[in-house]
Amino acid sequence: MTFRISGLLLACLTFIAALPASALDIDVSEFKLGNGLHVVVIPDHRAPVVTQMIWYKVGAADEPQGKAGIAHFLEHLLFKGTAKYPNGAFSQIVRINGGTENAFTTQDYTVYHQRIAKQHLSLMMELEADRMQNLVLTDANVLPELLVVLEERRERTDNDPSSLLAEQMSAAMYTAHPYGKPIIGWMSEVLQLKRQDALDFYRTHYEPNNAVLIVAGDVTAAEVEALATKHYGGLKNLAIAEPRRRTLEPAPIAERRVILTDARAGSPVWQRSYLAPAEATANGKEALALQVLADIIGSGSRSRLYRALVVEQKIASHAGAWYSGDGLDYGSFGFYAAPNQGVELTAIETAIDAVIADVLKNGVTEGELDTTRNRVTADSIYMLDNQEALARTIGAALATGRSVKDVLDWDRNLAAVTVKDVSEAARAVLERKNSVTGLLLPGAEPPITGGVQN
Amino acid sequence: MSNLRIWLLQALVLALLVSPAFAFEVEEVTSPGGIKAWLVQDKAVPLIAIKFSFRGGNALDPEGKEGSANFLTGMMDEGAADLDSAAFQKLRDELSFKMDFDAERDHFEGLFQTLSRNRDASFELLRKVLTQPRLDAAPVELVRQQLLLSVAERSEDPEQVASAAWMKLMLPGDPYARESSGTLASVSTITADDLHAVHELIFNRRTLQVAVVGDIDAASLGLVLDRVFGGLPDRPEPQALPPPEITEGPVLKIIPRDIPQSIIVFGHEGIKRADPDFIPAYIMSEILGSGSFGARLTLELREKRGLTYGVSADLAPLDRLGLFIGSLGTRNEKAGEALSLVKQELARMAKEGPTAQELADAKTYLTGSYVLRFDSNATTAGQLLGIQQDDLGIDYITMRNSRIEAVTLDQVKAQAKRLLHGDKLIVTVVGQPEGLTN
Repeated sequence: MTFRISGLLLACLTFIAALPASALDIDVSEFKLGNGLHVVVIPDHRAPVVTQMIWYKVGAADEPQGKAGIAHFLEHLLFKGTAKYPNGAFSQIVRINGGTENAFTTQDYTVYHQRIAKQHLSLMMELEADRMQNLVLTDANVLPELLVVLEERRERTDNDPSSLLAEQMSAAMYTAHPYGKPIIGWMSEVLQLKRQDALDFYRTHYEPNNAVLIVAGDVTAAEVEALATKHYGGLKNLAIAEPRRRTLEPAPIAERRVILTDARAGSPVWQRSYLAPAEATANGKEALALQVLADIIGSGSRSRLYRALVVEQKIASHAGAWYSGDGLDYGSFGFYAAPNQGVELTAIETAIDAVIADVLKNGVTEGELDTTRNRVTADSIYMLDNQEALARTIGAALATGRSVKDVLDWDRNLAAVTVKDVSEAARAVLERKNSVTGLLLPGAEPPITGGVQN
Repeated sequence: MSNLRIWLLQALVLALLVSPAFAFEVEEVTSPGGIKAWLVQDKAVPLIAIKFSFRGGNALDPEGKEGSANFLTGMMDEGAADLDSAAFQKLRDELSFKMDFDAERDHFEGLFQTLSRNRDASFELLRKVLTQPRLDAAPVELVRQQLLLSVAERSEDPEQVASAAWMKLMLPGDPYARESSGTLASVSTITADDLHAVHELIFNRRTLQVAVVGDIDAASLGLVLDRVFGGLPDRPEPQALPPPEITEGPVLKIIPRDIPQSIIVFGHEGIKRADPDFIPAYIMSEILGSGSFGARLTLELREKRGLTYGVSADLAPLDRLGLFIGSLGTRNEKAGEALSLVKQELARMAKEGPTAQELADAKTYLTGSYVLRFDSNATTAGQLLGIQQDDLGIDYITMRNSRIEAVTLDQVKAQAKRLLHGDKLIVTVVGQPEGLTN
């Protein structure tokens, strides 16, 4: 992310959960320009505001060997300027017109976005189209930004034991596939990144036929088509498009365990994640079934895990499960719990394993499935009140090989999932050899973090 | 003239010509029973958001029972009236309403969102929650465990440690400086009776303020207001506390922690929202510390020198005083340099004020971006409630941008001079900072 989002003292932050949208009764349009740029328009006429998002189908998992962090570093550098809009003019123009902006990088895509009063959409497109291919980088604007990225890594990872545990767990999960590298990069590699690395990566991947433009808000498809053609239509594809081929993960054979002892941890944490199919790679209804399974087993205060560990056995303060399926190659199915004071993590692990064993043996009930369907239908209606969340959900789908229809038909598709589908998906994924178990233990000494092993 | 200047000029002209148009009207609804609410009707999405608050938040927690109001927020979905925790949560999920409570320093706030098709049944549950929370023994213990965990985690989180220590240093002994989530000791001793007492103290029709946005008309809302809030007591507020005692700076406190990046919180007294000069002061703080590219602190510390991922400073107006608080994170070896630069920028702003261009740019940003705060039911309800809490008047939304546009450079310079004191900062640092000593 280019900007820190700060929540100190009196500030208030709302986190938007990445909920799957469902039978959303809205008129989403999509079309392609002659140069291959995929354009999506999501109407929302309640306020005279638009959101522009450009999604490049390139992320940390597409980085060359030895250049971990270059996708994210380039995201920062895209704010530096072009010949036409030099020295931070982009951000200054957004700002004096009352807009807000930010950007973020994931393993599979990189996204730049602005929210602004609708009359400025043309100006936003002019700026975004310009920086797709005309970025000017000099050592003078690159070097201080590398220091900023190092500070970002210290602030968000090296200062924070739970982030370090997550990073170590991913590294253990993927033995060959690049999802094992952190998006921000390892300190040892980020320190070595150069201006030329950023330019090489930019020129290879920032192309109209490798991008999705999403415009949400108080606009019509016809208005967007005219403006997009004017501003983006003249861009050429300068690099030869290469398929995104990442090293496949060898089929897992050994369960793994990661233990981080850190004096800076306020309390112990237990986590486990299982390698799972992604929505883009799953067969049939498997990804939908995993979503249902995560909801029944571990979402909210009426889920199986919460009832067992928190309400009945009273050994944990929090317990839950999640399925993350929006990767291009793999997803993950995870469990977490925070023990009550004085409870050992072994007791937590035993209790969670019992919940998992029960679902593997007996499956889920029709009643539980109905509750999940009801929740997903309601979530889709709430999503209509959140322009940005809807745009993000659609963007993530398109950037990972799924369609707008997959998103809009979510609850229709989900209604077709049966208890048998859920059982089969659970048995396929929840095998210990697919898993990494992570323990965070408060200890006497903090590790020295943010360093490089010589 | 460079391309950049031409573009900026064109953009500026465009921004001045078009002021954000609001597609809605705010009406004041008074229920048959005399309860008032501000309403924006919007039938585009079949949802209703209601945001409400009672005056008196966690600053009213009794001594030794810090964290009581926060504890109560955790109990609101754990059963009410005839419904125990499990029965309540089952109904909540069937009806698909969302409920979120928050104990701020001066207000206890709630946000309740329902599908319009389940409106009446959902609001009936809200009535039970507000008037008859059960506070049963088992859920009290469950929530206590969650709060103890959260206190333990906050005690190791560098940003939380730095900001909590800053409040204690700035306002020693004042209720504002207490741990709003409580301490391990206080959370361990809070009883159901204590929570009932906090509920009695805070949930008062006299201090209730309500904002509603979405798929409901005024007449229906009137009936809902009486049903949901009509059963609450109506009585005088507790006597207001005196203004806090403020520590005179400069004061620096280092809290050692083995982390590679020092977290620095800095600030001093600010300005209350009711101050007639709040708007010029707010514009000044925006130019100095918004955290966006081009803001002075961001330009000097991040863009030019790569000292931080984020630095910002804000006015934080509370009921009994205003604060000015900023924060940044920087590698330990640069802590002294970063803090010196902050002090230098505060001093420069106090002495010279912003430039005419900075003021013009801040005005077009603040006026142009105001409409972005009203793009969902829930955020619009939050804005309307905030305007009521600050007593700015129901026409504030339409007046606000012209008040910003009317501010002069001299007014902003005067506020910079009045408010900013780089040589008198109260500072807390968590980490292993170099170049700083206690």
